[in-house]
Amino acid sequence: MRAQFVLQEIWIGLRRNLTMTIALVVVVAISLSLLGTGLLFVKQVDATRSYWQGKVEVSIYLCTAQSVSVQCKQNGPATDAERQQIQQQLTSMPQVASVVYQSQEQAYQQFRQEFSNNPSFVSTVSQGDIPDSFQVKLKNPQADYTAVASAVTGKTGVDSVIDDRSILAKFYKLLGGARNAVVIVAVILLIAATLLVANTIRLSAFNRRRETGIMRLVGASNFYIQLPFLLEGIIAGLIGWLVSVGLLIAVKSLWLDTLQQYFTFNVILSAGDLVEVVILAMCVGVLLCGATSFLTLRRYLRV
Amino acid sequence: MINFDNVTKIYPSQSRPALESVSISVDKGEFVFLVGPSGSGKSTFLRLVLKEERPTDGRIRVSGRDLARLSNWRVPMLRRRIGCVFQDFRLLQNKNVYQNVAFALEVIGKPRRFIRKVVPEVIDLVGLEGKHERMPDELSGGEQQRVAMARAFVNRPMILLADEPTGNIDPATSIGIMKVLDRINRTGTTVVMATHDAAIVDSMRKRVIELEYGKVVRDQSRGVYGQAY
Repeated sequence: MRAQFVLQEIWIGLRRNLTMTIALVVVVAISLSLLGTGLLFVKQVDATRSYWQGKVEVSIYLCTAQSVSVQCKQNGPATDAERQQIQQQLTSMPQVASVVYQSQEQAYQQFRQEFSNNPSFVSTVSQGDIPDSFQVKLKNPQADYTAVASAVTGKTGVDSVIDDRSILAKFYKLLGGARNAVVIVAVILLIAATLLVANTIRLSAFNRRRETGIMRLVGASNFYIQLPFLLEGIIAGLIGWLVSVGLLIAVKSLWLDTLQQYFTFNVILSAGDLVEVVILAMCVGVLLCGATSFLTLRRYLRV
Repeated sequence: MINFDNVTKIYPSQSRPALESVSISVDKGEFVFLVGPSGSGKSTFLRLVLKEERPTDGRIRVSGRDLARLSNWRVPMLRRRIGCVFQDFRLLQNKNVYQNVAFALEVIGKPRRFIRKVVPEVIDLVGLEGKHERMPDELSGGEQQRVAMARAFVNRPMILLADEPTGNIDPATSIGIMKVLDRINRTGTTVVMATHDAAIVDSMRKRVIELEYGKVVRDQSRGVYGQAY
């Protein structure tokens, strides 16, 4: 009885200001999608970061016959003695966790493997083009890089010292910037959605002022008078959320997952991550619509 | 049943009180006419009984309850025990006779079985048998007011407040309306009716309370409309 009556009232309310309801659904859908996209970006960055966490290293490239830097030209390719000396120095440093020597042949094989899906690129590089190197793992990459780098830079046989983090930083910056832009737009749209909810509910309350007036008069409780309006807002929010779920699935499968093709790592967000974001978006949508409706009603449907 | 003890009501925008030191006591089962010119405070009296307004001063008790001590969330419970009828009927135009009356019970969560049983009884009581399916705009003014009375009475209130119920209705039809009010009164319901209609007041010979500029100038059992003049 009660449920049927309330549902009927909601249906009347949604139908009476259909255009407002559609506008509300669209704005909620878009703002939640953008918010969700922002959250997916955050998760993508986190996943990528933890993927790289154990892999970040300092690469110390040694001089070869093909090296073009002034230093290498002066001293010629690194000799075995120089190499051993550098390795000893590195292993003796307290900040260093491990040192691995990668020969030119190993480097070439790894290169071929990583770019196996791009044979024309591989064919332009031959063994010997990639210098041999020390791959140094640091105990604390954030703090210790400068100490280690300055210790070996300039030593004979050393061509260049490269911090892998500087390469990743560009990628993080790209994702971070996109995320910030998306979140800012989402927040602006959420504010617009809030105002729309307030307006829709106000219109709805005005349209049905006769009904609510009679309800008050015959002693309907406030809860009973307000519930249809409250649910009206929440249902519009839920429909908007459903649309945003579709959009978010599209964002993940058509965009974020295809990003992997352009970078040589394999971090695809799981369905669980998507579900988490979608549920969070639902909470935001329902809370926003519900709370706004409630506050609006307190102003327009007084006892 | 209704007890006003030295009640004064001053609306914020006005300097003159709408009601000034009014003390009225209406017993259970009484039929009372509230008469007086426009602006004499009749409507304010009714609104105070419903706790739609709060008195500036004085104490109001309805069925033994001090309204000042009645918390806001219990006001709906008070209103469930008071029926209301107005000059402009206030029916829902998109609902038929039956639905208009049933609405009053639906919104206070009465079970459907109860509604199906009670609503036809009340529609018969006000003399609209066989017109359940009519829409308000298919009814005459008198018939619409009967629907409004059915709606006010369907939850068997202790008190029925009527604010100029015959104000929009011709004299011949008004007699029918008064008969319904009398019938409702005979079930033990206290009826308070604000009116301008001298003929009706004179013919009914009930208690008359006359207000003027917010003061009680006459309170007379078995009175007539214009005796004070």
